[in-house]
Amino acid sequence: MSDVSTPDPRQSRLFTASELLGYLVLAAVIFIVLPSVLDAFRLNLFGKYLSYAFVAIGLVLCWGVGGILSLGQGVFFGLGGYCMAMFLKLEASTPENTSIQSTPGIPDFMDWNQLTELPWWWVPFNSLTFTVVAIVVVPVILAFIIGFAMFTRRVGGVYFAIITQAIAAIATILIIGQQGFTGGVNGITDLRTLMGWDIRPDSAKTALYFVNGVLLFAVLFVAHMILKSKAGRLMIAIRDREDRVRFSGYNVANFKIFVFCAGAAFAAIGGAMFTLQVGFISPTLVGIVPSIYMVIFCAVGGRLSLLGAVYGALLVNWAQTTFSESFPELWLLAMGALFIAVVMAFPLGLAGLYDDYLKRHIDRLLAPVDRMMMRRAARKTSPKAPAPTAQAAE
Amino acid sequence: MTKRPESETSTTGPSRRGVLMGATAAAMTASLFTPKTLRAADFPTAEVNTTGLAVTDDAVTIGILHSITGTMSISETGSVQAEKLAIEQINAQGGILGRKIEYIQEDGASDWPTFAEKSRKLLVQDKVASVMGCWTSASRKAVLPVFEQHNGFLYYPTFYEGLEQSPNVIYTGQEATQQIIAGLDWVAREKGAETFYLLGSDYIWPRTSNKIARKHIENFLGKRVLGEEYYPLGHTQFNSVINKIRLRKPDVIYAIVVGGSNVAFYKQLKAAGIDMTEEKPLLLTISVTEDEIRGIGGENIEGAYACMKYFQSLDNENNIEFVKAFKEMWGDDMVIGDVTQAAYLGPWLYKAAVEKAGSFDVDKVREASPGIELDTAPEGYVKVHENHHLWSKTRVGRAQADGQYDVVFETADLVEPDPFPEGYQ
Repeated sequence: MSDVSTPDPRQSRLFTASELLGYLVLAAVIFIVLPSVLDAFRLNLFGKYLSYAFVAIGLVLCWGVGGILSLGQGVFFGLGGYCMAMFLKLEASTPENTSIQSTPGIPDFMDWNQLTELPWWWVPFNSLTFTVVAIVVVPVILAFIIGFAMFTRRVGGVYFAIITQAIAAIATILIIGQQGFTGGVNGITDLRTLMGWDIRPDSAKTALYFVNGVLLFAVLFVAHMILKSKAGRLMIAIRDREDRVRFSGYNVANFKIFVFCAGAAFAAIGGAMFTLQVGFISPTLVGIVPSIYMVIFCAVGGRLSLLGAVYGALLVNWAQTTFSESFPELWLLAMGALFIAVVMAFPLGLAGLYDDYLKRHIDRLLAPVDRMMMRRAARKTSPKAPAPTAQAAE
Repeated sequence: MTKRPESETSTTGPSRRGVLMGATAAAMTASLFTPKTLRAADFPTAEVNTTGLAVTDDAVTIGILHSITGTMSISETGSVQAEKLAIEQINAQGGILGRKIEYIQEDGASDWPTFAEKSRKLLVQDKVASVMGCWTSASRKAVLPVFEQHNGFLYYPTFYEGLEQSPNVIYTGQEATQQIIAGLDWVAREKGAETFYLLGSDYIWPRTSNKIARKHIENFLGKRVLGEEYYPLGHTQFNSVINKIRLRKPDVIYAIVVGGSNVAFYKQLKAAGIDMTEEKPLLLTISVTEDEIRGIGGENIEGAYACMKYFQSLDNENNIEFVKAFKEMWGDDMVIGDVTQAAYLGPWLYKAAVEKAGSFDVDKVREASPGIELDTAPEGYVKVHENHHLWSKTRVGRAQADGQYDVVFETADLVEPDPFPEGYQ
């Protein structure tokens, strides 16, 4: 508890100067650099990569900070994506568009599977409000159930990872098996408009890219707040010495459930943005392989760093696209080599490299700014004290 | 650019123009032997390419989009090989409108979002004039909106479930009714089959195909279906369904199992003592080509019947030439299945359509496509229908221990493609 009563003033502030700089640089990259150097097609691809960054941010919270390795984030990503896709599919399946079907007005794949009316649980997805709520709430409920079942029984570590992997496998099999309701292996395809707004032209894709960017920063901000909060510090404590935290009287399971649910919500938002930008969703984004890919994005970026996770998702996906375009026969080997190199040479990923080589210099440069920010923060909280005091009230 | 006087074609030089002249001269020399060869100079690029496609004075770029990594690569490799063979042969004959075909190959990686990404790249960035590609229905469904949005043109080789007719796709494989109905008629007529057991892998193609099969069996043939079952892709435990089959004793097992599951299914069938050579019950499949038999093993499937439009053993001149050329290019141990042959048709149909249209513009190629005939196809004569599918014969082959099919039946006429069959919905 001594840590909490006399916090490092750097930690207790919401942003240090170097963190602020990091966010500003990322904002410049996403909102200025990429849109100005890339054409609409490449920008759309980066939009897709950024939708994976949501998952990676969630994994930094769960895995890097909380020590909960989930190999099933694809499930939450997919749930978000499917919720979005259901709304878009219903909008695209007007009786006029589907007049060649036996039952016009229902999604085409239902008709192919001899369904004659819309299943009851599809009906609420006619409403955009319901859909937006469902995108976040449905995955969170599932995450809560999984988390409650696991963490209150103190299942953790590698056992938890295996169980999440099994859940990813189950989800895929369920989606493929129930193809009359879910579109099966094909997924939900041929999505056209969002409230009458055509999402297919380049202009719409570019607009969605910026929406995606704004949402990403919103999620980054929330994740940052969680990290800086007392809960965030407790999560680190739980990761490093779970017993001590438990003996101190905290309910460890609650914190774990919370952070797991947060990760699921982030992943789901990413999934919804994926559906909007790519134009379809399919079980290949739900299963074990994509879930592990998502962990790799996080690992390459650095599992302790929110910003690192975003760069990791961008870098790995960009490398994948580039390799596969240049060497269609060899690209998987090249990707494998990249991952091995990352794990062997810099286990803390890009963020680790930054910490080792760049951070010192940047911190030194920023030191005056930092001091100024600290003084200002101190004046605000306790105007009489000359030095920054511990924020014991917290 | 107008047609140049004959004398000018003899000038040679290091300039681009000179090279172009040389190419024209070469094309002319070739034309002595193959009268059909067209000269690029007669078709100025500005006129045959008004929409900014990747067509230059001496080359046209097309895309090849298949999975060469991942689970589907085993199936799709044959298609890639066939397409490259066709491109090479077309180039040897002088190309399309006097332009060599160049291709950009992209890997769909057995992953549907990747297919969508790569198709967009081919159309938007590379501006390819057409694309040979896709294999699974899922990959086609993923790229379809992209092709329709950017007005691309896709040649799709796989036999598939139908229920689709895009202005931006030519379907060179059979749609479900072409493949199914003739086979069922044959088995009912020739083998006196009364009862059927339908099974398949659980996704859209087997389900739709079995739906059509069931309607045909029950409503048109007046026979009985004893059971219908589906198993997830990659499923390897078929013992329970094999036991059911032994109990129910159908005359025909109608199997649409795909991919790796095939290996387990046929081995377990044999291990359970069902000898397909005795035809009690008879096994009829629409999903096992020569390519799949390589994995299953000829001795495990010997005696089963398959219904599709092409078998490597077809005895006609086109096919003998094709098989020879394919093995020369890709190795003697290669086998050629139905889809591989359909993929081979893609570049040839494209060439014919472009030359009929006198233009590479997608809209004009689309307009010219219906009615295109190909009498050099390995499967025999084919023709493009108004609905973008091919008229083709349906054949039944019997699997032999050496992994080849013995063709036992073929329809007398070409079967009309009917992607939205009335009475089967």
